[in-house]
Amino acid sequence: MALPATLRTQNPDPKDGAGQPGTEKPGRFGDFGGAFVPEILHPVLEDLKAAWAEAQTDDAYWAEYRRLLKDYVGRPTPLTRLDRLTERLGGATVWAKREDLCHTGAHKINNAVGQVLLARRMGKARIIAETGAGQHGVATATACALFGVECVVYMGAEDVERQHLNVQRMRLLGATVRTATSGSRTLKDATNEAFRDWVSNPEDTYYIIGSAIGPHPYPAMVRELHRVIGDETRRQLADATSRETPDAVVACVGGGSNAIGIWAPFLEDEGVRLIGVEAAGEGLGGRHAATLSRGEPAVFHGTRTMLLQDADGQVEIAHSVSAGLDYPGVGPQHAHLAATGRVEVRTATDREAMAGVQLLSETEGIIPALETAHAVAALPALAEELGEGADLVFNCSGRGDKDMATISEWLDRDAD
Amino acid sequence: MTRLRAHLDGLRQRGETAMGLFLTAGFPAPDATLPILRAIDEAGADFVELGMPFSDPVAEGLPIQQASERALRQGATMAGTFETAAAFRARSDTPLVLMGYANPVMRYGPSDFCADAASSGVDGLILPDLPPEESGDLEEAAARHNLSVTHLVAPNTSDARVRLVDARSTGFVYAVSVAGLTGSGLGEADATDAYLRRVRQQVEQPLLVGFGIRTGADAARLAAHTDGFIVGSALIRTAEHAWDDLDLTDSARLARVADWARSLKAGADATP
Repeated sequence: MALPATLRTQNPDPKDGAGQPGTEKPGRFGDFGGAFVPEILHPVLEDLKAAWAEAQTDDAYWAEYRRLLKDYVGRPTPLTRLDRLTERLGGATVWAKREDLCHTGAHKINNAVGQVLLARRMGKARIIAETGAGQHGVATATACALFGVECVVYMGAEDVERQHLNVQRMRLLGATVRTATSGSRTLKDATNEAFRDWVSNPEDTYYIIGSAIGPHPYPAMVRELHRVIGDETRRQLADATSRETPDAVVACVGGGSNAIGIWAPFLEDEGVRLIGVEAAGEGLGGRHAATLSRGEPAVFHGTRTMLLQDADGQVEIAHSVSAGLDYPGVGPQHAHLAATGRVEVRTATDREAMAGVQLLSETEGIIPALETAHAVAALPALAEELGEGADLVFNCSGRGDKDMATISEWLDRDAD
Repeated sequence: MTRLRAHLDGLRQRGETAMGLFLTAGFPAPDATLPILRAIDEAGADFVELGMPFSDPVAEGLPIQQASERALRQGATMAGTFETAAAFRARSDTPLVLMGYANPVMRYGPSDFCADAASSGVDGLILPDLPPEESGDLEEAAARHNLSVTHLVAPNTSDARVRLVDARSTGFVYAVSVAGLTGSGLGEADATDAYLRRVRQQVEQPLLVGFGIRTGADAARLAAHTDGFIVGSALIRTAEHAWDDLDLTDSARLARVADWARSLKAGADATP
């Protein structure tokens, strides 16, 4: 069966992270990327690269993936024109790509479904995942429930507390949730524990990394499994406006999966501004998670990327009110895109994100996830900069139900 | 040839089993690392591995994770690690190798790092998350300063890759005994023996085995296929218990660690 070109990987050239055959440094994005892993994982990554390369050219793999995205995830998700928000901001026309309407409430399920299918092809009996906000954990637990595969999710102790609803969801879905109590007890530490599990169980276990991070081939693979977001956006905007491309595409960036997914089909379109919004937490002078803005090159979680670190190369503890952005690293392709200036990096504080939650809720009846709210927070300034007649798309990457406890606490505190 | 390689070759020629012992710099207390290194040196360590603490050590089990965390909490720095190495070197010719994660070394800069390591009397480097494919800059800098670089093999490493690791290593090849973290249990005996025999056939450099070795008997069994063995987590635990026992004097603590090292060596050397 012939596939739409949009579901295939086009032009797997080196800057695309696919690497050159025979070169010593595969999976590079400029100076970033690569595979920095203990030896035990080397053959595991080789197997994964081979399986992914085979799947990428296998129509049956993509047919099954597309079927699940349509019948199970509920794709395509709408591209909603936000009229009241546009009117409120008085500038560019704002559009939301509604990943919040995906089954499980965020974009994460696109990748989880694609990787569970891959794990099954590879005959892996056991799936592990790390999670911050719990959205990737829930998505992975969901895909595992769908296929009846054993699932273990690592989650930092602090996140288990602030995202308790998602912990309950994962358990209901049959997953085992293991609490990471080391370090900052957040996403970074959950990722450490997932790596340790993988190192200890390399034969039977498949690690579904939930962001565009980690050793090659994960960053490129996660991007390809999320590029459906950008492909749909492009088509839907063209249908709605007869414009080929928008003027700007905005997304929040923690590890960067939703951002790279919606940007992937626009990377070569120089006229499309790509804006990534990082979590400035309490402000860039205090505790934050603005890795691209304030980090420096490093080797972390299997890849060369940007990292919040001290002078001795020790990882610094990130902070964001949003558990999904509370990570001191970032995907290597994002490090490259920011370094080359292709992506403009902005930040939003915890407080600005909360204002973003309120803005989108009041004007459009959409309660965004706290991660997503960072992208919302960038909209007023961008709408004004771009001006009337321009089209400004933002990735509404998740819904805010999981964050209601945190949001209520903030609003109550503000009311006092 | 590096001091480390010459030393290991000498042991091999005499038919002796090399015992390498690992201790995290700055652990169990900032002023305890150096006396422990000296004590295990006197107790018969053929070389010492000084661990460079890292905030996110993904290949470590709990003992080394916790040692790393404790050292950093107590203010351990890379400069402090170099000072410890230099102080050790001032009184001993026993080879000393630094082991840790890639990021602190990359952050320091491979060239500066190797220069400062060499001038601190360090003989070699082991960075388990820096595979041969990513090691070019470090290997070059290490060679300039006559430092050895050791790469690792694991039970699932193919023969071809074992040969690559052997070709790219200088000093010795480190065989990870089991698919697991440091401080994990040993793998199933027959499979481990078969793996080590397979690796031995491919490796020309000295071959040392580590991960999961707790006792002299463990060491004797695994080192039957190799030129020696490395123990880390068990020393960390021994030191931790001694230093956390508030009833012991420092000299009693050091005596306990030295006894442990002597008994490990005796057990490893005993013919079953």
